[in-house]
Amino acid sequence: MGSEALLFWVFGLVTVVASLLVIAQRNPVYSVLLLIASFAGLSGLYVLLDAPFTAVTQIVVYAGAILVLFLFVVMLLNAPHEDTEEDIARLKTINAATARLRSGPLLFGALLAIVFVVELLWALRRITSAGRFDPDAADAVSSVSAIGRVLFTEYQFAFEVTSVLIIVAMVGAVVLARREPAGKKS
Amino acid sequence: MPTLTHYLILSAVLFAIGTAGVFLRRNVITILLSIEIMLNAVNLTFVAFGRALGSVDGQIIVFFVMTVAAAEAAVGLAIVITLFRHRESLNPEAFTMLKW
Amino acid sequence: MNQAVVAEVVILVAVFHALLLSAAAMVWVERKVAAWLQQRHGPTLVGYAGLLQPFADIIKLIFKEELRPAAADKWLFYLAPAISAACSFAAFAVVPFGAETTFFGLLDEPVKLQVADVNVAVLVIFAIGSMSVYGIVLAGWASNSKYSLLGALRSSAQMISYELSYGMALASVLVMANSMSLTEIVNAQDGAWFGFIPRWFIFVNPIGALIFMTAGVAETNRAPFDFPEAEQELVAGYHTEYSSMSFALFFQAEYVNMVTVSAVTTDLFLGGWHGPLIPESFGWIWFLVKTGFLLFFYVWMRWTLPRYRYDQLMAFGWKVLLPLSVVNLLLTSAWVIYFGF
Repeated sequence: MGSEALLFWVFGLVTVVASLLVIAQRNPVYSVLLLIASFAGLSGLYVLLDAPFTAVTQIVVYAGAILVLFLFVVMLLNAPHEDTEEDIARLKTINAATARLRSGPLLFGALLAIVFVVELLWALRRITSAGRFDPDAADAVSSVSAIGRVLFTEYQFAFEVTSVLIIVAMVGAVVLARREPAGKKS
Repeated sequence: MPTLTHYLILSAVLFAIGTAGVFLRRNVITILLSIEIMLNAVNLTFVAFGRALGSVDGQIIVFFVMTVAAAEAAVGLAIVITLFRHRESLNPEAFTMLKW
Repeated sequence: MNQAVVAEVVILVAVFHALLLSAAAMVWVERKVAAWLQQRHGPTLVGYAGLLQPFADIIKLIFKEELRPAAADKWLFYLAPAISAACSFAAFAVVPFGAETTFFGLLDEPVKLQVADVNVAVLVIFAIGSMSVYGIVLAGWASNSKYSLLGALRSSAQMISYELSYGMALASVLVMANSMSLTEIVNAQDGAWFGFIPRWFIFVNPIGALIFMTAGVAETNRAPFDFPEAEQELVAGYHTEYSSMSFALFFQAEYVNMVTVSAVTTDLFLGGWHGPLIPESFGWIWFLVKTGFLLFFYVWMRWTLPRYRYDQLMAFGWKVLLPLSVVNLLLTSAWVIYFGF
């Protein structure tokens, strides 16, 4: 096994295990931290895919900005762990009907999961060398200036639109999360 | 040597984990985190295909997905905060009524 | 074994130990300069002129009892100082500190004086800087103490706000050097105008340099922006509940961060290892001199300027520094496009 294959398995394993733990954790703070670990693994995979720029932006944007936001909210809300007694009591009173409905969707989900696993096993058996990456193309995709050139020419319109989107989201978040001044009718 | 198929399978597994999280968890914040996992699974596909085709377009799409994810997280968390103020709970099933 | 690999390992180990030692040295320098500015003597008892004082402190810290608040989150409480320390060391990995050298003919092929040469080095430093927020936030939250939490909240808000200006100032350098590799940025500053003014970026883009250094002080949580600690208000901020070695890790991370930011500033704005008089192969001497001057500047500032008020800090970051850095980036780009550099 070459070092690249080894790294692929290490990073892949980190990503998958950390993601699994994210959804298995009861404590939201741990979930957020494990998601950072998962994204670190992903960023390693991007390096293996000759995309160092994307790898670093992954860390800067996701770990450095988005997940800090999540962590802030979790810490400040002092979010209760899931399935506290109040939650269960509330489920019994308000949502007894939806709780009874759960068994149907659950069955459907299990069926989907089985289909998915079978499909994965089928795909794993059919790995061929056809999908191997061309080592000569590595320079073309890893160059930051190439990304910049395409981003600011071909995708210029999309780029401008996302900047508008960010502004809208920012204003929206502030409007949503701020408290109405006391005395003013909400 | 990992091939394109390896990356696609990995991405499918990640996407499935994210989907499972959305369906199984009863905490709005964890559900948002699961959505982030799904977005990243898709990002991995884009980068892997971009590498296979020798084009930077995949990485550029990832760039856009990241900005959209940032916007989504900001608005999503703002909504979570307002919901929490009303109900003192993060369980999505506590928010079944349109008005209270 | 391959010569180049051995050289790489030697550089790696040397850089790691140099950083460890520099933290100890900075503690001594900080106390001596503070004493000098306040007309005191500072440490004098341990070793010549108190030179061994930091080592005495470390020994004391090692033998102290490790305390953890009963209500603290056990895992995160010990993870937080580790994250802080790891981030402070990791950032230095991509910083080049000298020209290619063969170590006086010892090696057949020259090696770069740098742990890892990455073509997106500037972004890597930025990414690791954004990760170091976690050490502080987790420390504050896991301690389960109100002073720690307040310190952590202040610090993360401050670091995230100033990261924007930091990034904008970095971007203006990227535009001028037309590269993201620190080695190429340093080499773009080689030579001199009219034979005596060095072509350092600080002379071309003084506003960018000023913004970068100001934001750098805020990023490292040093005075006059030392809100996470703010003794008079928050006891000791985010590390109030830490003792013994876990406190030592935070302490060391602060000083290593200072060294890293100074080294990066040297590479970005002060021409790295390029300078008059000293031949290229001894360029690392220039690098050390410049970094040392910046470190002295840091300490000097801490003992001269009073701490800002928190709202002043945020207002300054968002209303002055950020617009200024955006305008600076636009002007620099326009200059590069119309006149070339």
